[in-house]
Amino acid sequence: MTTNKQKGSTLFDKIWDAHVVSTIENGPTQLYIDRHFCHEVTSPQAFNGLRARGLKVFRPEKTTMTADHNTPTINQELPVKDPVSRNQLDQFAKNAKDFNMPIFYPLGHEKNGVVHIIGPENGFTQPGMTIVCGDSHTSTHGAFGTIAFGIGTSEVEMVLATQCILQARPKTMRITFNGKLKPGVTSKDLALYMISKLTTGGATGYFVEYAGEAIRNMTMEERMTVCNLSIEMGARGGLIAPDETTFNYVKGREFAPKGEEWDKKLAYWKTLKTDDDAVFDIELTFDASEIEPMITYGTNPGMGMRISDSIPTLDEVDEAGRISFQKSLDYMGFAPGEKLLGKSIDYVFLGSCTNGRIEDFRLFANYVKGKKKAKNVTAWLVPGSWKVRKQIEEEGLDKVLEEAGFAIRQPGCSACLAMNDDKVPAGKYAVSTSNRNFEGRQGPGARTILAGPLVAAAAAVNGKITMP
Amino acid sequence: MEKFNTITSSVVPLPIENVDTDQIIPARFLKATDKEGFGDNLFADWRYNKDQTPKTDFILNNPNYTGEILVAGKNFGSGSSREHAAWAIAGYGFKVVVSSFFADIFKNNALNNGILPVVVSPEFLAEIFAAVNENPKATLTVDLVNQTITNNANGKSENFEINAYKKDCLLNGFDDIDYLLSKKELIEEFERKSELPK
Repeated sequence: MTTNKQKGSTLFDKIWDAHVVSTIENGPTQLYIDRHFCHEVTSPQAFNGLRARGLKVFRPEKTTMTADHNTPTINQELPVKDPVSRNQLDQFAKNAKDFNMPIFYPLGHEKNGVVHIIGPENGFTQPGMTIVCGDSHTSTHGAFGTIAFGIGTSEVEMVLATQCILQARPKTMRITFNGKLKPGVTSKDLALYMISKLTTGGATGYFVEYAGEAIRNMTMEERMTVCNLSIEMGARGGLIAPDETTFNYVKGREFAPKGEEWDKKLAYWKTLKTDDDAVFDIELTFDASEIEPMITYGTNPGMGMRISDSIPTLDEVDEAGRISFQKSLDYMGFAPGEKLLGKSIDYVFLGSCTNGRIEDFRLFANYVKGKKKAKNVTAWLVPGSWKVRKQIEEEGLDKVLEEAGFAIRQPGCSACLAMNDDKVPAGKYAVSTSNRNFEGRQGPGARTILAGPLVAAAAAVNGKITMP
Repeated sequence: MEKFNTITSSVVPLPIENVDTDQIIPARFLKATDKEGFGDNLFADWRYNKDQTPKTDFILNNPNYTGEILVAGKNFGSGSSREHAAWAIAGYGFKVVVSSFFADIFKNNALNNGILPVVVSPEFLAEIFAAVNENPKATLTVDLVNQTITNNANGKSENFEINAYKKDCLLNGFDDIDYLLSKKELIEEFERKSELPK
């Protein structure tokens, strides 16, 4: 697909076209990458690939390295207990050193944290950029009007070696949310609602632009949550045109442009929007005011419903999908047609690149203030970064949470993918603010119910699925 | 990368939809710093009991089903970008994955590891499952040069899509890094001309 010049351009087209280095006939585009984020789990084989080929990193200053996926969330000041994990972290540090990488935030560093939290937080993420990372939730950065997407390790090696990647141009989709979200409905609910409508593969092959009143009204952190979950409906990525909310967020952050450079960039960023006469391959529209608090009941993020709904019956599922549907419910220990309100739960996880920011902690803390954590619930509250944790303390939220029976852990991806010790035991139910409810995602046999921070807070104090 | 040729092989059928990369290789196996050994843990949680004994009802543990072609339900490889999923599939010995629909990142990762993802119509996919159900030794032939896949049980063929560049890479064993490294001057020129955020 090429841009039709008679018609206007989409925001996606404008950013993509500005980064094309070359195009291979009947093949992919060579795309220049402005910012590369890198973590310990998907990068070691890429650095080893460079070693094997005798290559240096081409533009070391354009890569930001942080340890987050395979890190403990307690006692980070002590040596990591698991020798295999420790080796991976040591290897990460060695790669940073051997390849003279100037931006490296190891465990315990004041700027360390989940890669998609620390990027925006420190001003690395700026409108108009192309951004990649060996992590599918790289789509988070699209909230700033960037083309940001997840890549594999071979592609990490390409970016390290050449600051470029070969990509087929995706198709474009615009999803417009008219109207306002009701009070008590979060951007996570909006995203889970959208994914339940599109299904887990419904946007595969597309880059999505989110638009409409409900999106415009969102803070940057809320927008990040929506863009973060783009991949959960298969989208290559999701982006939102930058506006004053975006510029105000970026301004003054450490790696953001300053002075004259800021003025120049700002003028460019203001041009980054879809032209009125641009045409998308698909346009979808939803009414944001109809959205209610959401939960998932199955083993992919598309299996979501309003918290007060019943799980679909077998008759309501496509015949071809029934075996997979039943397998999914068997894993979850749920029956078709069952209601989940009032269902007892065992674990609550607040955190991840989806909902590990200060606003998520504020929502959670405000809800549990003056209440007590339910005795049957184990709660893991994991800030997305050290900066988030510091702000929690500065705002006194840690005291509120402590009084309600909750403890704050140290930052990292934690129970979102359970590479560390934060594993939900087999058969136990976790209400989780993370992004995936796949089988075993939070530990072998763990049963994940995805939700926003308010639903998670309500579950934590009531010990069961409750309308917040 | 190994060169890809025409393959005729029996298949391993996995008629499940939305097989995500967490199933292909669970996160706890991602602690390695090399690409070796992931095949042993392919589909680990479906394949092994807690005590590491094989789950007898899982297809990889059924000696009747072997071959270099994995056939799976729609939306194969969704979720995480972990290339470890492709390393696990290759490590196990698969050279082709057939489905009616693949997740984007997985498709790229597969191609970057010499695994050919073949997209077929839902009907063709159903016929493969039916043929293998009837005879576990039923074979498929995947011809990359002519971009055809043939269900040898009923003789039906379909064409599949692959861009000319990637096809050339697979046939010759080239990878994208080789290509990009040959374009270094172009990249430097782009950087000089570009007035984009640096």
